[in-house]
Amino acid sequence: MKYMLLMLGEPTEDEDDDPAAATTVAAADPAETPEPCWLPWHREMTARGVGLLDGAQLQPASTATTIAVSDGEVLLSDGPFAETKEQIVGYGVIDVADLDEAVYVASRHPVAGQGGRIEIRPLLAER
Amino acid sequence: MTDADAAVAQAFRQEWGRIVATLIRMTGDWDLAEECAQDAFATAIARWPADGVPDRPGAWLTTTARNRALDKLRRSKNEAAKLKEVAMLSEPAEPPGGPGEAGDSGLTDDRLRLIFTCCHPALALEARVALTLRTLAGLSTAQIARAFLVPEATMAKRLVRAKHKIRDAGIPYRVPPAHLLPDRMIGVLAVLYLLFNEGYSATSGPDIVRPDLSAEAIRLGRVLTSLMPAEPEAIGLLALMLLTDARRPARLDPDGNVVTLEEQDRTRWDAAEIGDGLALLEAARRHRRAGPYQLQAAIAACHARAADPEDTDWAQIAGLYERLLDLGSSPVVELNRAVAVAMAEGPAVGLALVDSIEAAGRLPGYHLLKATRADLLRRLGRLDEAAESYQAALELAATEPERRFLSRRLAEIAAGPGSC
Repeated sequence: MKYMLLMLGEPTEDEDDDPAAATTVAAADPAETPEPCWLPWHREMTARGVGLLDGAQLQPASTATTIAVSDGEVLLSDGPFAETKEQIVGYGVIDVADLDEAVYVASRHPVAGQGGRIEIRPLLAER
Repeated sequence: MTDADAAVAQAFRQEWGRIVATLIRMTGDWDLAEECAQDAFATAIARWPADGVPDRPGAWLTTTARNRALDKLRRSKNEAAKLKEVAMLSEPAEPPGGPGEAGDSGLTDDRLRLIFTCCHPALALEARVALTLRTLAGLSTAQIARAFLVPEATMAKRLVRAKHKIRDAGIPYRVPPAHLLPDRMIGVLAVLYLLFNEGYSATSGPDIVRPDLSAEAIRLGRVLTSLMPAEPEAIGLLALMLLTDARRPARLDPDGNVVTLEEQDRTRWDAAEIGDGLALLEAARRHRRAGPYQLQAAIAACHARAADPEDTDWAQIAGLYERLLDLGSSPVVELNRAVAVAMAEGPAVGLALVDSIEAAGRLPGYHLLKATRADLLRRLGRLDEAAESYQAALELAATEPERRFLSRRLAEIAAGPGSC
């Protein structure tokens, strides 16, 4: 069986701060690059034989764009889903050139055409 | 002000947007682009008085800003900065492909990339407006904050967030491709029109140095139409803004009271702006692709052409509102059409239209609906009902000048017929 783990958590205090900085643990030697906070978990699970298929940290919610399709018109809004009773019904990870292309791909997805909405969140790039 | 100071000030108005736009393309870094553009102008202030104003101030400033950016990137220890520096050295200072050559949608001026990116629909509307004023028009964060009556820190945060979203969400820095262009053009024009109205409608404010947003919108409209001369709606919007702005000197009386179009002293209208607006509207019409901005400009033109209110071609105005309604139903447009019909065919016909809008419940709580109804009743001599509607409008009106206007009308009715 495959499961998606949807990570919920408190955003960093100031969303404009570098999100990578907030999720790293301080290294013993400041000259060393600090390791990501999830790395010990990843090591432990890999050692346990857990298959980790796909995962990534996201950019903060302030970078989110939400789309919906109404009468064939693609509607964009700045920001994540508003708080509603909607549930996450699926997810996909895509690799495209830019946000315009991502909006196109999302707008073609059946969920968008059936009254649902799709939040587009960029993954945190390797730095 | 010395000649050199004046030259810097003029270059700032003419070149700021272009320099920032070019630097963003070369570095991909909005903050760095703004910083280096600012440094270039500071250098000009220091050097032009002694060295003289260069022959091509824009080129001088761009080169200075570019060198500054290279300098900063070179000094940075950051790997990403080093990559940017290498990329920059291979970038031409002039945008790839001049006008007319096939690039993004065949148009490649950096300012166009900047306009379309600032007005990207994935940014919140208020962010689009602020970003356009900061990067393209060169207003300071403090000036923009004053214009929208928010604390400077709030505006600074809004700008930072918008720039981060462009970077982190991968909003492309380009003129959208042909299949996206019509929709995105509507978005750009909406931002300019919002800017214009923000400057035109706000009749009061605590700050006398509040920047003139209408003038900025007109200036940006001129840039846009010069860069995209084949977009009739962009030309139509510029015409609309000019024809509306021309009435500004007559809009308020010395006490700050609203003067209706009918009562305005038309000799105070700006003849140069009207001439400009009418010529632009004519140019837009030649493209034979009507749209909402051209139609609204055509309505403004009907008023502009009438030296006396009596000469207004209300039948044509009513027809233009009808065409606007064909493009998309809006209760406010319906109300305006009712006013035009009332002028063309008599207040009774207009009143019937207003009543049907009200009966349909399309504009609940809208003071201008009540005010229009009151005005038509007054003209029909039904003064008691008119007074009732003025009272209702007065309770709904939001701004002080509007309330004063409605109170005055109410007082006139109370004084009895013959006094108005």
